[in-house]
Amino acid sequence: MELIVSLAIAVLTGSGVWLLLRPRTFQVIIGLALLSYAVNLFIFSMGRLKVGAAAVLEKGQIADPHAFADPLPQALVLTAIVISFATTALFLVVLLASRGLTGNDHVDGRDHE
Amino acid sequence: MTSWTDHLIILPILLPLFVGAVMLLIDERYQQIKAFANLASIVMMGIIALLLMRAADVTTATGTAPIAVYRLGDWPAPFAIVLVADRLSALMLALTSVLAFASTIFATARWHRGGAHFHSLMQFLLMGLNGAFLTGDLFNLFVFFELLLAASYGLVLHGSGQARVRAGLQYIAINLTASVLFLIGVSLIYAVTGTLNMADLAIRIPQVLAQDRALLEAGAAILGVAFMVKAGMWPLCFWLPTTYAAAAAPVAAIFAIMSKVGIYILLRLSLLFFGVGSGASALFGSEWLVAAGIATILFGLIGALASQEISRLAGYAVLVSSGTVLAVAAAAGTAAVTASALFYLVSSTLAIAAFFMLIELLERGRDPGADMLAVTREAYGEDMPDDPDAEEVGMVIPASMAILGWCFVGCAAVIAGLPPVSGFIAKFSMLTALLSGDTGSSITPLHWTLLALLMLSGLTMLIAMTRAGIRTLWSPTERADPRIRLAEIVPIALLLLGCAAMTVQPQAAMTYMQGAAKSLHTPAAYIDSVLAPAQTRVKLGGGS
Repeated sequence: MELIVSLAIAVLTGSGVWLLLRPRTFQVIIGLALLSYAVNLFIFSMGRLKVGAAAVLEKGQIADPHAFADPLPQALVLTAIVISFATTALFLVVLLASRGLTGNDHVDGRDHE
Repeated sequence: MTSWTDHLIILPILLPLFVGAVMLLIDERYQQIKAFANLASIVMMGIIALLLMRAADVTTATGTAPIAVYRLGDWPAPFAIVLVADRLSALMLALTSVLAFASTIFATARWHRGGAHFHSLMQFLLMGLNGAFLTGDLFNLFVFFELLLAASYGLVLHGSGQARVRAGLQYIAINLTASVLFLIGVSLIYAVTGTLNMADLAIRIPQVLAQDRALLEAGAAILGVAFMVKAGMWPLCFWLPTTYAAAAAPVAAIFAIMSKVGIYILLRLSLLFFGVGSGASALFGSEWLVAAGIATILFGLIGALASQEISRLAGYAVLVSSGTVLAVAAAAGTAAVTASALFYLVSSTLAIAAFFMLIELLERGRDPGADMLAVTREAYGEDMPDDPDAEEVGMVIPASMAILGWCFVGCAAVIAGLPPVSGFIAKFSMLTALLSGDTGSSITPLHWTLLALLMLSGLTMLIAMTRAGIRTLWSPTERADPRIRLAEIVPIALLLLGCAAMTVQPQAAMTYMQGAAKSLHTPAAYIDSVLAPAQTRVKLGGGS
């Protein structure tokens, strides 16, 4: 599982960075989205990977920290998802405004032939 | 039981949240009401910041200042979300409210009608700024950073237009990328230490096992890069002059504090996590901070000399000021030097904010291409066409231009650090503290480099500002007299008066800065106050 998760993070980050460096605004926004997915996975893995473990303690049981997943990274990921959604939506609006004002979708606002 | 004064700490966050949200409901036609609510809220924040400053600026019998800690939900510290107000945070809160006050008054003259929801966005920006200064854990720092950035995206675009949208697009993309780095850094630090509370981290970092140390330092370095983007450190600063020059004048003025947020966090975290007494990782990355600071100063100076528009010149002045604070504070590592750097931070931020607003008034009534013409004329040595029949001996400078000219001289003096103004006092005390060697350490080549750099930056900024001043104020191009309103000149005068107050009473300000720097350099009090059991915690204002 470690291999799959790290490969997933690597592929997402690699594609995200590649797209971020492209000259079209749409590619930039998709790149940022991919990067934020990669980061969310990364935060999960920083709380140690576990399969089938509950995030909260079950009632009436003696708490054994080894049986549970770390809830804090999950809370962090939730916050990060909400924030990145909001900022990406905002970015999309600016992108459309730029498209409308300049008439093209280059990040500099003009096409370099 | 808690007394009401304990809740003062959270008010700088809640107040702008409520005021900003309520203002969203008011129709745009009632701009005067909104402006009034905005100003009232900022004044309240200023008063709260002053109360917090007074409460924090007490030296107790043990020699450590009381640090006010607010636990949300009253949970014990490593688990609770904590807000911490010490001297430095209270100082930054006060500085923020002064800048916000001036910038809002300036905006009421004209700019707040330039787009929707200016006053709400300003309040949300203040909420993010205040939160970032007060928060005691890394993840809430991220949340507040995103809050202030989201509001700043709105403010950058305020007034719209192609230049702003293009600069805003790049500004948003860069900050979103920096936020990604921020998250990676935070989660790496969490993976190694298992906590995000800053005080708890300061305790756990010296105990990190040797094999985990590389991971921790990588996390801290990535986090540092994220803050350096926000602080505009070279080579991560190319967005800054463009964005600040494109933004509306009152927005650029309040943005003068935004790059200082990055500096504040870098100073706080590096001294808290990697201070002298933090074991194997002590002083981690400090040489990089110094190098980044020096490179930023140099880049800022070159940029200032090369800029053709005054607004870009002001953007580079922001870079020089950030770089100076960071390089000087990180290089020496003594409280005396940090205190002088903080003094410089406050005085230069006030002057730069005033400068940004002044530019708008100076540019009013000028040809858009005048700057470019003046520069090319200088470059090609082309003389002004002389009119032999001209009778007048000199042109009469109109009164409004004369006032603006004096304000310009004031800004230039503070930014370049000419005697006797506060900029000079700040630079002089930085030099004295660097060369006094009060910790017994010898004066290294690094100190001499910084000395030369401080001198050079003063001279270069003076040249750049003089050139811009002559070009703007004295060049006899056709120009209508700028019509300035009282609401536009008063905030500039207010900010410059702040600098003047620091010039007249440097001792009072310096004593406070020294207290702030001392508590930064001895983080034990901070850690103890945050992690203390709820019963024994320090009360603000001595309540029960």
